[in-house]
Amino acid sequence: MGAQFWLIQAFNGISYGALLFLVASGLSLIFGVMRIVNLAHGSYFLLGGYVALSVINTTGSWALALPVAALAIAVVGLLMERVFLRVLGFDPLRQVLLTVGFAFLFQQAALDIWGGNNMDINPPAALTQSVVVGGLHLPLYRVFMIAMAAAIGLALWLAMEKTRMGAAVRATVDDAQMARGIGIDTARISMLIFALGAFLAALGGVIGGAFLGVYPGLDFEILPLAFAVVIIGGMGSLTGAAIGALLVGLADNFGKALFPEVSYFTLYAPMVLILAVKPTGLFGRE
Amino acid sequence: MSATGMTSQRIPVAIVVAVLVLVAIVVPLTGSFVILLATRALAFSILAMSLDILLGYTGLASLGQAAYLGVGAYLTAILAARYHIGLGWDFWLVVVLGMLLGAALAAFFGLFAIRATGVYFLMITLALGQCVWGLAYRWNSLTGGDNGINLGSRPRFGIDLADEVTFFYLVLGFFAVAMLSMYVLVRSPFGRSLVGIRERELRMKILGYNTWLHKYVAFVIAGGFGGLAGVLWAHTTGIVSPDTVVLTTSVDALLMVVLGGAGTLVGGALGAAIVIALREYLSTVVPWWQYVLGAVYVLTILYLPNGVMGIPALIRQRRAALGKRDASGLASASS
Repeated sequence: MGAQFWLIQAFNGISYGALLFLVASGLSLIFGVMRIVNLAHGSYFLLGGYVALSVINTTGSWALALPVAALAIAVVGLLMERVFLRVLGFDPLRQVLLTVGFAFLFQQAALDIWGGNNMDINPPAALTQSVVVGGLHLPLYRVFMIAMAAAIGLALWLAMEKTRMGAAVRATVDDAQMARGIGIDTARISMLIFALGAFLAALGGVIGGAFLGVYPGLDFEILPLAFAVVIIGGMGSLTGAAIGALLVGLADNFGKALFPEVSYFTLYAPMVLILAVKPTGLFGRE
Repeated sequence: MSATGMTSQRIPVAIVVAVLVLVAIVVPLTGSFVILLATRALAFSILAMSLDILLGYTGLASLGQAAYLGVGAYLTAILAARYHIGLGWDFWLVVVLGMLLGAALAAFFGLFAIRATGVYFLMITLALGQCVWGLAYRWNSLTGGDNGINLGSRPRFGIDLADEVTFFYLVLGFFAVAMLSMYVLVRSPFGRSLVGIRERELRMKILGYNTWLHKYVAFVIAGGFGGLAGVLWAHTTGIVSPDTVVLTTSVDALLMVVLGGAGTLVGGALGAAIVIALREYLSTVVPWWQYVLGAVYVLTILYLPNGVMGIPALIRQRRAALGKRDASGLASASS
């Protein structure tokens, strides 16, 4: 196991972390703003991949599939929040169960529409090559994933820190009641954040579809990983989601490479410890 | 108060006993498919009822209850397939071991989980459940990985459990005993304190109750019954795989309790029966069964917050409200 091994594994871990960041950042914001544990978040990821496949099949354009799939799923998320979740009020258990009910409905719908086969999203040929950096052959697609996550992370950070809307979101995360008291429309913010979360998860689904594939069951495979990211990083924090995603991505890769028999355990055990010791996560807002 | 409490409980208990007797008589007369489904539902019901102790009586929504089902099931499978233990009279030993292992795991996990409340309890139990799933999925040398473990044959000790009807009666017996013990538990002073914690933990603390310990003990007991359910589940399905401990199994258990009605014990069993009937039976009839299941969940949560067991109360409430409206309507008309 030379330096080569460590560098390649680290690169793979970072690029996987980039994908996890896309899924988890939205989940984290949804939790921060609404205190909702959204178990349908994995479904957005999966549906995003499926919609992208349909777009690619009809138009042949991968570049078009990215925004179309993400926007379509954003609408799904928006409707789910607006029509069903909002009427429940604040009741964590019923909200969680409602999102599970939807996850099952989405699962069946996906099975009906796209069938049960394992499918792949083929990125454009330009992205399937590899680049040589310092003697290492790095797949260009993984570089693209990292760049994409970095760009989106930056855009989210700017929106959250520098705009009025972002300030309103942060205020809602810190104290929703107080935010309402000073005239922030928290219901509208909840709706938009839910849509944004679905958008990001679907985007992750399209991008991840190239190397994870798109298949029934992927929704509930990616979901716990996204939760691990959110918990480790801290709920409601973008910086936390980024660092959590990086940690989980690396832990997952090195775990599978070095001690495969306990690789998932080494991922979720830290999640338990962090929840037990510091429930707000490493970077959560108090 | 206590007198009315006794009489108000007597009728439901009689109904439950009558239903169980009916199940014991009718199910064996049906085909083997129904017997199999009923056995599955009964075994899973024990897990659902154990979760109801946490959710319905203590107010702890656990998203990791499949872990206890899992350790019980894997213990049974590993002992049976590797060491041929638990296939004769020593089946009863495995039952005890399964319960102990479930309780021990809950005793360990509870140290981390019990301090958390609300959403954080959901998340930490989810993470704990995933730890167990991760080991089941990856620890190939112990658990057989993705393929799981085949148990081979069912135990035989005087009676042959390979016979579906005999096995059904055994599981029914376990179910009845488990239900009775849990009923005694929730009606005991300890159970009453749990309800007090559910309603208002702070008040119970001020009254001098060690609420952490109460919740912890409830968690351990639920784990023990989960382990028992696991032992029976392993012999019911004949195979134990990571599917037994996967997140969706925990979610299923939670949904069953809510569907039947949390805080009723019977609700968990009812929910398990409905879900297993829908999933296993409906799936052989129509391809879109999962829509029905999803719709049942969504509609229950939106319109039946107290589950199926809450329907009678809901009807009474509606009637009372209607009566009141009529009365006030008459009053306003006469004035």
